[in-house]
Amino acid sequence: MSFWFWNGLKRGIQSTRYPRLPETTPGVTPGRPMATTFASAEEAAHAASGCPVGAITAAGREALIDLRTCIHCQRCRFGGSPPVEWVNDFEWTQLARTQTSFEPLNRSFQRSLHIMVVDAGDCGACLREIKQLNNPLYNIHRLGLFFTPTPRTADVLLVVGPVTENMRGPLEKTYHAMPQPKKVVAVGTCAITGGVFGRTFASAGGAGMVLPVDLEVPGDPPPPLAILHGLLVLTGRKSLQLSQTAAAS
Amino acid sequence: MTIAPPSHSPLDLEGLITLLNERFGTGISLLKEAPGLVVRVLDQAVLRAVSRFLFWEADGFFGGLIVEERFGEWTLQYLFLLRHIGWVDVVVRSPFAQKAIPSIVAEVHAADWYEREAEDLFGIDFEGHPRLGDFILHDETWQEHIAPMRKEFDAAVRNFEREPNQKWRPTLVVEDPGSFAMPVGPVYEGGLGEPIHFLLETVGEDVIREVPRLFYKYRAVEKIAEGKAVSDVLLLAERFSATSAFAHSLAFCQAIENAVQVEIPARASRLRVVLAELERLRHHAGAIEGICQSTALSVSEAHAAIIEEQLLRASAAFTGHRYLFGLNTLGGLQRDVEESGCRDLLRAIDDADSQLRILEDRLHYTSSFLDRLEDVGAISLENARDLDLVGPVGRASGVARDLRKACPYASYSEYSFDVPSEKEGDGYARLRVLFAEARESARLIQQAIASLEPGEISIPLDAPVSTVAFGWAEAPIGAALHGLRLDSQGRIERYRILTPSFRNWLGFHLAAEDFAFQDFPIILATFGLSATECDR
Repeated sequence: MSFWFWNGLKRGIQSTRYPRLPETTPGVTPGRPMATTFASAEEAAHAASGCPVGAITAAGREALIDLRTCIHCQRCRFGGSPPVEWVNDFEWTQLARTQTSFEPLNRSFQRSLHIMVVDAGDCGACLREIKQLNNPLYNIHRLGLFFTPTPRTADVLLVVGPVTENMRGPLEKTYHAMPQPKKVVAVGTCAITGGVFGRTFASAGGAGMVLPVDLEVPGDPPPPLAILHGLLVLTGRKSLQLSQTAAAS
Repeated sequence: MTIAPPSHSPLDLEGLITLLNERFGTGISLLKEAPGLVVRVLDQAVLRAVSRFLFWEADGFFGGLIVEERFGEWTLQYLFLLRHIGWVDVVVRSPFAQKAIPSIVAEVHAADWYEREAEDLFGIDFEGHPRLGDFILHDETWQEHIAPMRKEFDAAVRNFEREPNQKWRPTLVVEDPGSFAMPVGPVYEGGLGEPIHFLLETVGEDVIREVPRLFYKYRAVEKIAEGKAVSDVLLLAERFSATSAFAHSLAFCQAIENAVQVEIPARASRLRVVLAELERLRHHAGAIEGICQSTALSVSEAHAAIIEEQLLRASAAFTGHRYLFGLNTLGGLQRDVEESGCRDLLRAIDDADSQLRILEDRLHYTSSFLDRLEDVGAISLENARDLDLVGPVGRASGVARDLRKACPYASYSEYSFDVPSEKEGDGYARLRVLFAEARESARLIQQAIASLEPGEISIPLDAPVSTVAFGWAEAPIGAALHGLRLDSQGRIERYRILTPSFRNWLGFHLAAEDFAFQDFPIILATFGLSATECDR
């Protein structure tokens, strides 16, 4: 006989202190490439041409990063010389390209937000990272965020994957089954731009092609804390503007 | 179909050639070619007999079917892996005008889905296959008779002017009074389950028939790879299934490295073992978490979840990516690791290993947990061999095949490790195999890190031209095979991914049928399969 209850209590609280305190444990985020100033315009152009998905654009001596298309292949970090700089943060949430302004959900959702997830063809990484939010190390229940098994009680829809043709119908049905007000968050590069799968006969090339997306959490995959940040932005507990400038810098 | 007694003297290559010539004479022609033997079937009437011989009498592992469209005819390549011999490719050529190709399903049941896939995506008809149509391209979404894998089909065109069959309904077979079909999916568990539609036919308590409907995540990876450069397809190879990203990118890189016959630096080869085993350990911790969750034993679920997240963090600290993306490159690894990184990783591995042992011990003495797993979802050795199940699922039923031992790659032959297997084939056996494999992975990582010597991490390698390439790796779920054909500019002409999940989903119904509804999530979790790896 195992004393599960006692064994569980004995381990104590292991959850992260984020968002109250910053989280800096190694490995909670893979980091992201950031805008880098090179010694010459040629070097910046070289960095831009080395990116397999065109996420880097050269502007003079500077190399600018478009996180929406970056697939974290790390080629600009280790494959290219000189390397593009990477930074270990995770507050990456951006306003969707199609939106001009963002209004967070009202106060009543701040400590009671119900989340529905639709896997529309992701590789399994984004879905696993969303699942990790239920992990004791993240424990999103403490923040009043809950996964719900039915769209009827959901306030926010997280879409992962490039939206395959076979999943387009189920995704639309799920969205239409949700009550108002509802928000849609595209999680991961595939759900934002289609990623490596692009726009083909079998993939729509992102959730924005099918649904009105409000927020985007870039990353391939975005770590759990990046997704958590997106949910906090949605409820107005973290601000978008700060992270927007951070991501664009 | 019964299992033929294995021949007492193990076949070698010469013995096999003599036997094949004796049996099939002018119906086939043989060609020795690295890494094995090519059997050209000249007379299609002997195809079934050749497959039966290789699968049952020579006790071969059926690797899968590769279809190519070349020079106005179909080339079908059936892969078999024979002990002591290596890969045997049975090649059939058939002009487009030919109406149907003989199906080998009656002889090799494991070939079932491969032929259905070829029928759906290429439009090839197989004579004698019991069930074709409505497989990858769902009939309620897609028109009949589009064959996206044909060369003339343009993948970039999104054709929305179609008339799918909205009235499509699944075929039900249970006809007892009061019988009904319980649909599950494709969006279930709040979307946290991968999209699969299960149709459970029942009369109330027991699941009498289970039909999984997969391929909701079909992204046509094999199609969109065509015409791309090798380095771009490497990105696809590691991003179509994240739970085994490293194993798939490894199989892909090894395919190219095999084709140009280069030896990669020892440090890279050993580090690949470290990373592949790190991925296996993390995957198994996640699979164990899933099993604990399915039985609603929350504390054990949390315990396993913490182990998984710690391994994800260790992976990111060690390599820069939580799911080991962007590491493999043609000719080695993209980045080197530091001495201190190795020490940190070893500490994390030791910790995960000891925590998993504690968890296993606690689960082993929790009778309420064992009641849910023991004798549930059992697959007999005979059935497992019949469908040639791979990975932990196959090994739990006694099919102890492992590509790391059967045809070693990277530097696996340098290290000592066991391939754990069980006999019962039930849910508990699958859980024990997962725990045992996780222990072996930890042992392998320790050995491989100890054997690391300073040196080069990669060698420059240009993609070869006008050639075929074939590579393999034992992914966490089982055998992963990648086949490539490169054109004269070194671009991909045909890319074929044979995944372990595709194979094991075929056997899932054997476990799910004849059990009660409440056992279904548990059986699903003990299989630990990935839909995205199957769907591609």
